[in-house]
Amino acid sequence: MNQQNTAPAAALAAERAGDPLAATDTGATLPVDADLLQLLTPAGVRVETPENATYRERVAHLDADALRGLYRDMVLARRFDDEATSLQRQGELGLFPQALGQEAAQIGSGRALAPQDYVFPSYREHGVAWTRGVDVADILRQFRGIDHGGWDPQAHNFHLYTLVIGSHTLHATGYAMGVQRDGLVGTGDPAKDTAVVTYFGDGATSQGDVSEALVFAAVNESPVVFFCQNNQWAISEPTTKQSRVPIHQRAHGFGIPSLRVDGNDVLACYAATAEALERARSGGGPTFIEAYTYRMGAHTTSDDPTRYRTSEQEELWRRRDPIDRLRLLLEAEGAWDEQRAAALDAEGDALGERLRTFVRGLGRPSTESMFEHVYATEHAVVTAERRWFEEYEASFADDGASRTHDQHGGAR
Amino acid sequence: MSAPTTTPSPATTPAASPGGTSRLTLGKAINEGLRAALDADPKVLLMGEDIGRLGGVFRVTDGLQASFGEDRVVDTPLAESGIVGTAIGLALRGYRPVCEIQFDGFIFPAYDQITTQLAKMHYRSRGRLNLPVVIRVPFGGGIGAVEHHSESPEALFAHTPGLRVVAPSTPQDAYTMIREAIASPDPVLFFEPKGRYWDKGDVVLDGPVADRTLNSAVVVREGTDLTLVAYGPTVPTALKVAAAAAAEGTSIEVVDLRTISPLDTATVVASVRKTGRCVVVHEAATFLGSGAEIAARVTEECFYELESPVLRVGGFHTPYPVAKLEHEYLPSLDRVLDAVDRALAY
Repeated sequence: MNQQNTAPAAALAAERAGDPLAATDTGATLPVDADLLQLLTPAGVRVETPENATYRERVAHLDADALRGLYRDMVLARRFDDEATSLQRQGELGLFPQALGQEAAQIGSGRALAPQDYVFPSYREHGVAWTRGVDVADILRQFRGIDHGGWDPQAHNFHLYTLVIGSHTLHATGYAMGVQRDGLVGTGDPAKDTAVVTYFGDGATSQGDVSEALVFAAVNESPVVFFCQNNQWAISEPTTKQSRVPIHQRAHGFGIPSLRVDGNDVLACYAATAEALERARSGGGPTFIEAYTYRMGAHTTSDDPTRYRTSEQEELWRRRDPIDRLRLLLEAEGAWDEQRAAALDAEGDALGERLRTFVRGLGRPSTESMFEHVYATEHAVVTAERRWFEEYEASFADDGASRTHDQHGGAR
Repeated sequence: MSAPTTTPSPATTPAASPGGTSRLTLGKAINEGLRAALDADPKVLLMGEDIGRLGGVFRVTDGLQASFGEDRVVDTPLAESGIVGTAIGLALRGYRPVCEIQFDGFIFPAYDQITTQLAKMHYRSRGRLNLPVVIRVPFGGGIGAVEHHSESPEALFAHTPGLRVVAPSTPQDAYTMIREAIASPDPVLFFEPKGRYWDKGDVVLDGPVADRTLNSAVVVREGTDLTLVAYGPTVPTALKVAAAAAAEGTSIEVVDLRTISPLDTATVVASVRKTGRCVVVHEAATFLGSGAEIAARVTEECFYELESPVLRVGGFHTPYPVAKLEHEYLPSLDRVLDAVDRALAY
């Protein structure tokens, strides 16, 4: 089975044998039978084939301004990632899961959404949060350890992060079943028809809940888009530990149409999501999209990828960077210049400064808040325990210095 | 998975007359409560396996799909995690789903959704999101069933902050409590004593819907010598014990908890302060069961009034046994009387 002593180069070659993007690394275009949609090569060249015409039409309206907007989104999403990672290294955050390398998948899909659509993310969807108007600073509350959420989901139609892998795909499907009952599918009014998108990874596809979500969505023909970011790694486990077939093909058995897109190609991600959303809103039911991408960073700041993957593989994917290729396109089309680059740099610096100030200014939640919102209505056990604890705390009011056994950090 | 087919359906007894008092089985009382909730709020919907055309394996949802349609009485795929997970999504969209788990032993595929998602959403959203989801679970034994069809897992859920856990014992409470559970903004695990589905009682329909029954125990028989604490299927057992003991000159007070989370400690404590003795009866295994919590609280609050240790009668620390042995496993009249005698002999 596994060859333990395979040389890294040979291992990489073996992995690349199943890599649908391998052909494009040498500058060639994808073969027609690649089973993967790409509209923009790593070299920043638009791919124009008869087969991808319908998808090209879906991005045809994206003019230079819109493309610069997508570029700005991706650059600032990455800046957020970098700043949060630094803040963790400085001890300001307990943990942070980077989305580095997945900017195109997240921005491309997120920017295809309508305001009334609803998103159920996993926990690495900082770029999608950005497109939904969530203040990304609020994401850091969770990783600072002061909140399990951090934003108002209903103000942004962007649910809280879900840490139990795949559980939220069922919430998305149920929400979509509610949308159907509200009569907001297939009305023909683009301001009313509503779709739901759920984000998850390659590892999540092994969870039973994801299969159950696909079953419920399929039999109910619910308006939900299953957006799988196949970033090749579930912490240390490669996709070969999750599936024997390309992940999107799993959807076929459920009767759900699917496609695989170059997840580092923001235009392909936008086009595929737009198509799936249109199907959902018009009553055509669910779609499964596999965005073939790469987790360029560690799983989280606690992870060490050098224990399980090669630097050659990481280097290969750096050459497929989602941000570089859009900048190359903008440059080739005369839509980018040094002045714009400098302005975006300054915007990134300002974001970084704001994030640092915000995080360092976050206080400690009140101890009483531990007892708040366990239930929406009064619960006698919580009430009694809260009262007891308040009295216990108050008993030290005149004698605070003598309580030496507890080692609370920060202001109490 | 199948209900005993030779038993008449509890929900197909003659329909109740709205507004008045009707004599209903416990199953039919829940059916009437569900019907009233569906009538009162278009956002209420029922979800579960075989609950639509079939009316549920115990017929508790009998006739409801015919009245309210397939979008409101939903025959779901056979996937418990999917039922609860999609119910959470529906609740986030503003619906009030009432899920039926076909049998107690089949709740565990949904255990993750219930404990990690349903129970915590209000808390992790800092109160921004409510999940008014009810999960109905036929529970308990005594029906001669096969494996996984007779269990009492209520303590597992009562141990989870964020959930309310209740169990009615009478048709009236079954009717009132299902309506109050559906009206609650909190998730409620609604344990139905399946062995008592066919018990009959008078039910006043269309009473007020508050959250009274979800927070309070009730003294169902007054007495002076000993307090029997029970809920769900063991309440009728406790009343039989009290009647038998009365014939021997012992006065037993019976408390029907109705709710396990929260626990109405005050009602239990008031009773035990009066009687000085307490025996807790449930079908679930006694080891780390809800009786242990009650015993601890009674001991803490009634230490000087107690004339004997708090005793527990319940299932053993074995898997639920084969049907031919369940009579020995379940807290029978004799085993409860034995505990009463031991408490009185102290």
